[in-house]
Parts: sequence; C-alpha cells; structure tokens
Amino acid sequence: MISSIVAGVLIVGGLAWMALTLAAPRESGGITLPGFFDPSRWDIFADPELWSFIVFEGVFGTLRAALIASVFAIILGIILSLLRSSAIAWIRIPTAVVLEFVRGMPVLLMMLFILLVLNTGAFWAVVAALTLYNGALIGEALRAGLAALPRGQREAGLSLGMRPLQSKMLVEFPQAFRQMLPIIVAQLVVLLKDTSLGYIVGYTELLRVNMNNLVNFYGNRYLFSFFVVTLVLYLAMNLSLSWFARWLSKRTSSSSSGKRLDPEDPNQAVLVAEASASARQSESHEPRT
Amino acid sequence: MDAVIDNLPTYFEGFRMTLLLLVVSGISALVLGTIVAAMRISPVPSLRAFATVYTELVRNTPLTLVLFFCAIVLPYLGPDLAYAASAMVGLSVYTSPFVAEALRSGINGVPVGQAEAARSVGLGFGQTVSLIVLPQAFRMTIPPLINVFIALTKNTSVAGGFFVFELFGATSRLANANGDAVIAILLGAATLYLVITIPLGVIAAQLERKWVVQR
Repeated sequence: MISSIVAGVLIVGGLAWMALTLAAPRESGGITLPGFFDPSRWDIFADPELWSFIVFEGVFGTLRAALIASVFAIILGIILSLLRSSAIAWIRIPTAVVLEFVRGMPVLLMMLFILLVLNTGAFWAVVAALTLYNGALIGEALRAGLAALPRGQREAGLSLGMRPLQSKMLVEFPQAFRQMLPIIVAQLVVLLKDTSLGYIVGYTELLRVNMNNLVNFYGNRYLFSFFVVTLVLYLAMNLSLSWFARWLSKRTSSSSSGKRLDPEDPNQAVLVAEASASARQSESHEPRT
Repeated sequence: MDAVIDNLPTYFEGFRMTLLLLVVSGISALVLGTIVAAMRISPVPSLRAFATVYTELVRNTPLTLVLFFCAIVLPYLGPDLAYAASAMVGLSVYTSPFVAEALRSGINGVPVGQAEAARSVGLGFGQTVSLIVLPQAFRMTIPPLINVFIALTKNTSVAGGFFVFELFGATSRLANANGDAVIAILLGAATLYLVITIPLGVIAAQLERKWVVQR
C-alpha cells in the first residue's frame, strides 16, 4: 500500500515536472521559443492546408510504401518458406545461406545497396529492402509453422493420393499460415515502423514531410510541435496494427493448439513454434497410459 | 576490391564506433529494461501501468523518430549532447522495452507454482523474484536477449543517418567517394555487420537448443 502510494507520487511527480519544464518558454539559438502549452506553438495546426499536406504527402507516402512492401513480403515469405523446407538439399541450403545473409544485415544498408547499385530511386529502394528483410522473417515464421504441424497431416495428405508438393500446398500450408497469421501481422508492424528509414535514404514519407519539409517552411520554432504530431500519427498507425495482431493471436490461440504465441516478437514466436514442435514429437513417442 | 583494402582504416573507425554504440547502449538498455520488467511484474498497480504504457509507446515508435528526437529535437529542449551520446541514449531507450519483454517472457515461462511455493514458505516479493523466479527465468531469457542484441547491432546503422560516424556512416561516405566500386564497398560493410550478427545468432540458437530440451 505504502509502496503503491510512493510509486504513484514518483510517477505523477515526474510527469508533472516534465510538463512544467516544457511549459516554460526557452531561449535557443538567439530566439525565444514558446512553452509547450503556449497557443502560439499550436495555432498553425488549425490550418486545413497543413493537414492535407501532412496526410496526403506524409501519411500516404508511408502507407503506400508499407502496403506495397507488405504484399510483396508476404508473397516472398510464402515462396521462401517453401524453398527453405524443401526436401532437396541444393534448394534448401542456398536459401538458408541467403536468408542468414539478409537477416544479419541492417535494412538501411540494404536500402543503400539497392539505391546505389540498382539505381531504382528512393521509393523502390525502400520497398525492395523492406520486402527482402521482412519477407525473410515471415518466411522463417511460416517455416516454423510448417515444422510445428503434426506429421500426421502430411501423412493424411499422402494417403489421400496427393503428391508431396500437393499435400504441402493444400493440407499443410493453409494450417501453417493460419497459425502464423498473428506473427505475420506483427512483422508488418516492424515493416511499417521501418518505412521511416526512408527518411535517411531520401524517400518522402511522414517523417520527412513533417520534420524536414514543414520545419524548413515554418521554421524551427515549430520543431517540437511537429515532432509531437509526427509521433502521434506514427503511434496511431502502429498501435492499431499491433493491437490487431494481438487480437488475432488471442483468437487463434483459443481455437487451435492452445500454445500462446507472443506476436510482438517474431524471433521468440519462431522459437515457441519450434519448441512446441519438439514437444509434440516427444509426446508422440511416449506410450499411452 | 582495391577500394575496400585502401579504405580499411575508415571501415575500422566506423566499426569501432558501431561496437561502442552496441556495447554502451546494450548495457544501458539491459539496465533500463530490467527496471521496466521489474515494474511490469511488480504487485504495485501504478508501476505496472506505467511500465505497460512505456513499453507500448516506445515499441510502436519508429527508431528513426526516436533518434531524430535525440539528435535534433533534444538540443532544442535543453541538453546539448554530442551526436554519438544522443544516439546512445536513443538506442538504449528504444531497445529497453524489447529487453523488458524478453525478460518478462522468461519470467512468465516459470510455472506459477514456483512463486506460490516460495510465498508459502514465507519469502517476500523481492526474495521470491531474486531467489526463485529469476534464476529459472534466466536460462529461458538468454536466447531471446541475444536476439534483441542482434537487432540492436543492426539498429546502430540508423545512427549513421544522424551524423554519427559509425559503420553505416563510413560506408555511405566511402560509397559516395568511390562511385566505381560501390558494390565492393557495400559488401565490405555487410561483411563487417555479419561478423557481429552471425556468431551471436549461432550462440543464441545453440543455447536455445541446449536449454529448451532440458526444461
């Protein structure tokens, strides 16, 4: 009880201290900046033209890159997971090597690579790098989903007279995809966040519109205000998508295997799926009692 | 290839900065993340709520925006840090919720019965956590934590976009200076990143295999 009160006082006090610090006007670079709550800091946001620019250039630029890259990344992930779990060694091993390479490299370096070597322009550099990186991770998640399926599913497909590839595509893959859907959506949150790297390679998205174009136009006086608006817009996009991922994972985990997957962390989710696969294998070897 | 060999000193200067960013922000993210994780599982509701909100907000903010805040907005608000220091602050803050989540998932992996047993023997909250739960959670936590540090290694490249001369910054400068050998320059940088990330990944996978089976 006492610790609860102390913690509450500390948190509320800390927030109040931050608010008071922000509220005071500040001298910076020879000009006096208004306090955070000063109306002159926010009056430009009453201008609908400003919002149409922020929304149609910034938010639209971010969503366009994210949507196109998401579609490509899911397609690439499906292809990669099938190649990676192929029975033929000379398909599986090179895919694994390429995947390791892609996963170990920063996305930003990939963007620079595509921008300078393939000379595609900033938009396609962003889309291609995000597709490659997130496609690799989605592929790994799907592969883990395939590995976590009980062997019987494959055997059932084969016993119905399907070929191995048919059984994989028609019986196993739909189940793996459904099981891994929350993780794929969570990976799309990562993708959406990473579109902001376009700022560094020169693609016009939300961060660049708000923090470069608008600040250059209206002046540094509004730097912090634009930052807050940018933050809120990013949070609105990312939080809604990650809450959707969590809702999906709650739904799938209650209906199917009962394993709780944490959709926020794809690496961990892959590990969970692999662990459940090995657990299931060991269960099946135990005699029934 | 010549372009890479001629510019090895520049590469290593950048690589040193990348390692410095990785170590410093890794350690401070570990400290921050542990505090957040402890708040997250504490019996005090206000601490739990604060930690949850912090985790949700920071995790859904793009790293580029965090580093932009630290490098460009923060000097306007007061503290005037060197770019490398502000990048370290940004990377630590950005990484801390991921550390906290890794720790928390390890702690959640410990059966509730363990904590109940500890409490029934008369141990307090602090004792239960430090003597019973954390030692068991530790082995579940290391592999996901290593994955967080792999992600951090790759994330340090974003600091290169905010005036820090680390591996990515060095690479983009070299690539601009040597227009005829861009591929070699970029592959050289990729190799240096892989030198950090692939061994870490191998260690994580091995620990995972060793420890998951035992449990």
